[in-house]
Amino acid sequence: MKPPPFQYHRPQTREELGALLANLDNVKILAGGQSLMPMLNLRVVAPDHLIDINRIPELAGIRETTDGIEIGAMTRQADILASPIIRDRLPLLARALEHVGHIQTRSRGTIGGSCCHLDPSAEQPAICAALDAEFVAIGPKGRRVIAAADWFQGMLQSALDDLEFLEAVRFKPWAKGHGYGFAEYARRHGDFAISGAAALLEADGGGSITRAALLVFGVEEAPRRLSEAEAALVGQNIGEIALAPILDAARALHPMEDVQVTADYRRHLAGTLLGRAVREACVSREQRQ
Amino acid sequence: MSERHLSFTLNGERREANADPRMHLADFLRHGLGLTGTHVGCEHGVCGACTVIVDGAPVRSCLMLAVQVDGCTVETVEGLAKGGELSPLQQAFANHHGLQCGFCTPGMLMTLEAFLRVTPSPTEQDVRIAISGNTCRCTGYQGIVEAALTTTAAKGSRP
Repeated sequence: MKPPPFQYHRPQTREELGALLANLDNVKILAGGQSLMPMLNLRVVAPDHLIDINRIPELAGIRETTDGIEIGAMTRQADILASPIIRDRLPLLARALEHVGHIQTRSRGTIGGSCCHLDPSAEQPAICAALDAEFVAIGPKGRRVIAAADWFQGMLQSALDDLEFLEAVRFKPWAKGHGYGFAEYARRHGDFAISGAAALLEADGGGSITRAALLVFGVEEAPRRLSEAEAALVGQNIGEIALAPILDAARALHPMEDVQVTADYRRHLAGTLLGRAVREACVSREQRQ
Repeated sequence: MSERHLSFTLNGERREANADPRMHLADFLRHGLGLTGTHVGCEHGVCGACTVIVDGAPVRSCLMLAVQVDGCTVETVEGLAKGGELSPLQQAFANHHGLQCGFCTPGMLMTLEAFLRVTPSPTEQDVRIAISGNTCRCTGYQGIVEAALTTTAAKGSRP
């Protein structure tokens, strides 16, 4: 037995989960467990209470709503990847999920777990930031909707407070036929990426870009939108995009540094991967017309 | 910390057992039930040796708690052979030199078993991606990939 001792709780409803959070100290919530279980096995974390939320059916599922798509926090990555709705309306999310772990981890791992854990290299929260997703949290005072711009509070730190849990993530899909691109660099397929990038593009009938999103992840402590470079893309023709403002934006980043990867290398990767993501977005926009 | 009771289906048989909540599924299978076919390598979700099938999906049993399979259907490598006969996938591993030391083999088999059920006609690339979460340190992957593709072909030719 490797994990340290803890009290195990398995609520069946959101109300039971809320009550447990309100009454217990030093708690960890167990979602898909694909990050928390290694941390328990390695004893990096030692909660007094482990709350397993895998048996709360209301927290899982993909729903089309009047103004978008809502994905329950406990929806498995494998189910999101297999969903025709997601492939059709949030293709960037499906594209990125192919890079998340392996079939044995996607069968357990959840979008909510990844968005609450917030590893800087994680693809799912990055895609949420690219799509301006909204995070629906439940706490003692009821529901609270948190914009993607406010969700990321730093390394491994979401905007949830100790008494709240994530119920769902809401997306507003981009226009039908929009372009999307994704690129990441990892040492092996399925490993945590060293860095990655995503791009979304909408253009009018003449090919003039009307809306753009650019994002890098695994570069700084949280996913980073490049708003100036996005603005510079609007009005350009999709067939002849100037990459210089994008590369300038990449050079201005403040990357993390560790024993394996220098800040300079991450900065270099950010520019290279952004270029690949933008080119892929242009191609996919053409193919989806 | 008190043990919890769990009841589940293991390789087609109903099982009742108790487990400490902090025991992961791989240790429970090996030490709790004596089923040592499931191997334990890295215990942090990297090597894939401990892969088992839970409710039809391949999972890393070091990244699940034993108490989480309460009410579930679990399949381990011990359930593949029937009546002393190797399963088609196991036989293909033997025929194609898909194993040498055998340490990664249970994880490879259970990953591919689950994968081939939902992907009956994979390409070589599909198979390589399917086993990308399983590490082999001796034979190499070529024989394993050939075994998977042969099994597919054999299944496809059945009446």
